Amino acid sequence: MLKAWLIFKKDLQQEFRTRYAINAILLFSVVTLTAVSFAIGAFSADSDILSALLWIILFFSSMSGLSHIFVREEETHTSDTLKLVSPATSVFIGKLFFNLFLLFALEIITVPLFIAVMNLEVINPSLFILVIFLGSLGLAAGGTMVAAIISKAGAKGALFTILSFPILLPVLISGISATKKAVTEPLISPAASELQALIAYAVVITTASILLFDFVWNE
Amino acid sequence: MKMEREIILIQNILKIVLFIWLVLVIIGAFMYAPTAKGLGEFTRVLYFHVPMAWITVLAFLLSAVYSILYLKKKEIRFDHHAEAANQLGILFAILATVTGSIWAKMAWGSFWNWDPRETSIFILLLIYAAYFALRSAIEQEDRKAALSAVYSILAFVTVPFFIFIVPRIYEGLHPDVVGEVVKASDKKMVMGPRILLVFLSSLAGFTGLFVWMVKMKFDLIKLKLKINELEK
Repeated sequence: MLKAWLIFKKDLQQEFRTRYAINAILLFSVVTLTAVSFAIGAFSADSDILSALLWIILFFSSMSGLSHIFVREEETHTSDTLKLVSPATSVFIGKLFFNLFLLFALEIITVPLFIAVMNLEVINPSLFILVIFLGSLGLAAGGTMVAAIISKAGAKGALFTILSFPILLPVLISGISATKKAVTEPLISPAASELQALIAYAVVITTASILLFDFVWNE
Repeated sequence: MKMEREIILIQNILKIVLFIWLVLVIIGAFMYAPTAKGLGEFTRVLYFHVPMAWITVLAFLLSAVYSILYLKKKEIRFDHHAEAANQLGILFAILATVTGSIWAKMAWGSFWNWDPRETSIFILLLIYAAYFALRSAIEQEDRKAALSAVYSILAFVTVPFFIFIVPRIYEGLHPDVVGEVVKASDKKMVMGPRILLVFLSSLAGFTGLFVWMVKMKFDLIKLKLKINELEK
């Protein structure tokens, strides 16, 4: 666990030296948000479409940045050293934390901007934040694992999205559905099954990834 | 040598039995079984659609099992087996999608409705496509095997979400298939004894066909690996 923390700190420092991933992911989300906003306009879309659009923006923005964490290790040939100094599991957890951090940074900027630009009225803000939080856990867990696979496959750009989409789709489906409810209904209880799905997904994928990561990392 | 000849003989007999069985199933599906109450002639696609969907799941399960075996034993033949299962799986997934789509057009009025089961078969097709895309992107044999095995297992882990959770969020159009077969008294479709007979023998027949196809694939893999060894 300590090693995972150290790897997280190392990645954070490295990130702030170049700021590549965070710039890419933020600019990407702003660009898509602008495109969507231009296409739809502020007052013409209802909450169903808006909550779907929010998740599409979040999904594709995260696709533009989450793979960087492992691809960088392969590009700079530092993965062998990393293998020597720490066990695979803590590498995975460290990288997972970093991707989570990246996603939260993305959401802190994109989500308020989206609400402001698209004129979205959120009736149940606490449920809304909870859904975004749980969704990020799922996105980060699935995305990090696929990123590890991709980095060993020679980091073919489009492959990351293709491989991630079927794996991350449960998050998108339940996230969109729960966001709709957060936007339209004042109570949490109607969204219970979506929240269960999001929690279960995050737990299952994280566990499976930790078990499988060893085979990818030491390949 | 004599043993081998006997095995080949038994296999040939089984092949002929399978052929006759499937011919009977097809004839039975069109001639023997009555149409379900309240529904038209198009219900006959049931005898082909459901077995296809069942085999798709079976193939997917098989490839997950071989992927786990590969990661445990690191023998290249398990990777080839997983790939073969996926190749057959994608074939049956396409067949299930096409037959299902025709049925949907007749029963619900449009070829595609994003019903939960339609969604899950579509995702399955996407997963298969991604699996083969991943395989074609990697050159090294053992790396290709390990990464695609990991991806296969990861994808397999997400499947329960599509089967159990998506239907709870989106209203489905499909009748409850499992309950239908077990209780044979579903509200949407009543399965009479003749329908059930043809349906179950169709299920058995197509499963037999699948087993035979898998066996051919595996024999082919064995030969290929032997040739590779001899070349070395």
